[in-house]
Amino acid sequence: MSATERTEAMPVTSLARAPSVLSRFWPFLALLVAALALPVTGNHYWALIATRAAIYWVLVAGLNLIVGFAGQLAIGYVALLAVGAYTSSVLAAGNVLPPVPAFAALGAAGVVGAVVGVVVGLPALRLRTFYFAMTTLGFATIVTQIALAWQGVTGGGIGIAGPQFPAPLNTPWGFYYFCLAAAALCTWITGNIAASRFGRALVAVRDAEVAAEASGISKPRLLVAVFILGGALAAIGGGLFASLQSYITPDAFTFDLSVLFFVAVLIGGRGSILGPLLGTIVLTVLPEIAAPLAAWSTFLYAALLLVIVVAMPGGIAALLDVRNRRPLPAKRAILPETNALEALIGSPEVPGGLSLRGIVLSFGGIRAIDGLDLDVRPGEVHGLIGPNGSGKTTTLNVISGFYAPEEGRLTLGQEALPAGAPVLRARRGIARTYQTPRLIGAASVLQNVMVGATADGRASFLEALLALPRHRRDEATMAKRARQALAAVGLGALADVRADRLQHSELRFLEIARALMVRPAFLLLDEPAAGLSTGEIKRLGGLIRAISQHGTGVLLVEHHADLIFDICDRITVLNLGRILAVGTPAEIRMHREVVSAYLGA
Amino acid sequence: MLASILASGLAVGAVYAMIGITYNTMFSTSRVMSFTAGQFGMLGGVLGSLFILRLGVPVLPGLVLTLAGCALLGVVTEFVAVRPVLKSLDQHLYVLSTLAVALLVQSFTALEWSTEPQPFPTLFHIGKGVWDEKNWLPVLACAATVLGLEFFYARTLVGRAFVAIAEDNFAARALGLPERNLRIASYALAGAIGALAGFAGAQLLLAFFANGTLLNFYGFVPVALGGLGNNRGAVISGIGLGLFQEAANFLVGGVFSSVAVFVLFIIILLAAPQGLFGAPAARRV
Repeated sequence: MSATERTEAMPVTSLARAPSVLSRFWPFLALLVAALALPVTGNHYWALIATRAAIYWVLVAGLNLIVGFAGQLAIGYVALLAVGAYTSSVLAAGNVLPPVPAFAALGAAGVVGAVVGVVVGLPALRLRTFYFAMTTLGFATIVTQIALAWQGVTGGGIGIAGPQFPAPLNTPWGFYYFCLAAAALCTWITGNIAASRFGRALVAVRDAEVAAEASGISKPRLLVAVFILGGALAAIGGGLFASLQSYITPDAFTFDLSVLFFVAVLIGGRGSILGPLLGTIVLTVLPEIAAPLAAWSTFLYAALLLVIVVAMPGGIAALLDVRNRRPLPAKRAILPETNALEALIGSPEVPGGLSLRGIVLSFGGIRAIDGLDLDVRPGEVHGLIGPNGSGKTTTLNVISGFYAPEEGRLTLGQEALPAGAPVLRARRGIARTYQTPRLIGAASVLQNVMVGATADGRASFLEALLALPRHRRDEATMAKRARQALAAVGLGALADVRADRLQHSELRFLEIARALMVRPAFLLLDEPAAGLSTGEIKRLGGLIRAISQHGTGVLLVEHHADLIFDICDRITVLNLGRILAVGTPAEIRMHREVVSAYLGA
Repeated sequence: MLASILASGLAVGAVYAMIGITYNTMFSTSRVMSFTAGQFGMLGGVLGSLFILRLGVPVLPGLVLTLAGCALLGVVTEFVAVRPVLKSLDQHLYVLSTLAVALLVQSFTALEWSTEPQPFPTLFHIGKGVWDEKNWLPVLACAATVLGLEFFYARTLVGRAFVAIAEDNFAARALGLPERNLRIASYALAGAIGALAGFAGAQLLLAFFANGTLLNFYGFVPVALGGLGNNRGAVISGIGLGLFQEAANFLVGGVFSSVAVFVLFIIILLAAPQGLFGAPAARRV
């Protein structure tokens, strides 16, 4: 760190320090201690309410990853509660097969719930948000209809007895401790996921889907994993629910319960574990302590939902997030430390040049790219310039796989790059930034950068769930490299600040930091200097040159002619989707057509 | 048997189709899929029963009052749940805000009306058996709605303004069309159409608060299959859905008919995400 930066950045480092381990966990510990001490009251009515809250949290913990993190609006999750309740009850009662012990029935319910969770979630992989909301709603309506009509198995409207657990779980407090243990376990595992690359990827899919894909995040695989977990937890919650009710009928699974779960996540705040946990407790307990409210509870939940959406989208979590309300110093400079690049990207593996041959792509009747040949060599800074609509960004989108060209070939070194497969690009060492920065405003700067390393992670979802050693090593490496990347682009002091508090120019450098996490063989920059001050543009130029000196080829789309002519080794000029000229800056400056068409005399 | 399957299939299909049109009418001016669509249908039955059976209002004024009530609720939806979140359409907050309003309406109805299905009066006493009015009334209402809307969109100035907004919101505003007022009007219109669907179908579905959720889903199926904003697609898919459901009801029984509808819905959507009559998706990057 240079001396100037240290003085300038001082207030930031002290203000936005990462929360210590204790400050992150004490609310959970306090809740757990209070919950453990509850039997002191000796009040069985409270045991019932607290058990119910614990069971609801088992479901909401999983739902929180789906709704709060992944942003998938699963509004009919009561259906999975019902599936779990009926599966465990039917198995324990022996209606279909010989009776099985309550614990086995509970496990079977989890398995069935996982399968059903994925099946119901399938539309979310391909369809728009509203469709998924609707399919879960539809599923919630048909599950109760099935329970009602399938009398031979479910007992129809008369119902069926819930599974009974053996002693010592058959007393109110025994069962309460059992459910509390389940709830604590769910808090732990979903907290692990939330803090892992999977949790960050979920939020990335929610808030910056395009950038997530370019970082190598496969939305379908990620969502399937979360639907399995969410479905299993919901169904296990259902089994516990059936046991608590001791007798279940289809009436127990009204849509009102779905509303409770859903609203609990949203008042808690998206992307938080503590918020939805508090939300669940409050929504479960509130109608009990204010008896006249009980009949009106759904009405109140709905009103609460409306107020949150319209007036307070951050929920409880935003209220608790005191750190991010402290002002950031107004005068702060972005001072890249290019020597940090050595540790961060070293000499990335570059399999050879990136080349495009005869690429054609049209939108409707317009040929956006019309037979483009382009070569980006390892370690060069290659400028791509041209008037608006000449096909510059479209070219980047073809390279990063968002568009599949109609004709032409893309190769990286000796190997062809599959057209139209953005998720595979990060693994091949191609990273990029966007004209409008695509970042996760609700996540910290550090987390945003770590998203770029998602493809690097070795630990599986299951290892992350249980915080096994390989996962912890992954996390430590990623965090360390992300800090290096932030130092390299000059944002080191802002690592723990929420990204939506940054200035526009800082967001541009943040995107570069995220791209560097890929150790890119080729880095595609889409107008990185737009909106930057003169001084910032100069430092950006230095940073880009330094990156290229490590062997990374940079393809730079830019309108700032000074920057282009300053730092590029070669320049390609596009016009109407075709190449107007290729050459060194000196050649381009002299090119008559370029001067008349674009640069101006 | 076939005749009764056809008759009741057409009848429920017509109700689903009209709820689909309700969704589309709101979507066309605001790009918002509102959960209140099904609630309008539910209220069509409940308010109709309230006015005509409980308060003794004659049929025609009762119908007018029902439609007016739901049109008003449509306007309220626009003010409370749609306008505040229009700026951030891509965050899908409208799903939550309109769901909240829908739940407010539904739980208020459950508390103040009844949680049990209530009877809906026979209105005209014309027709028997397959030709019972509970079967032809929804079909008639659906046909009237479709023809009325076609005439409205093609022949009237306000209707053409609706179409202009639906085609290209920015261009329409640049031409000086009062976009906000047209949006409010479209929500009122949607409320009335939904109410008419519920009113005409209430002899089949009864005046029951939980019909809202049911109609939300079964009314959305024709929209999804027919393509967003495509009224003709909604009518064809709605009728098709009604016939399929009744046939499945007869062949495999009530439970599995709803499972069949649900499974078919998911399979069709996964195979053709834009619906059977829809246009391909827009560019993302």
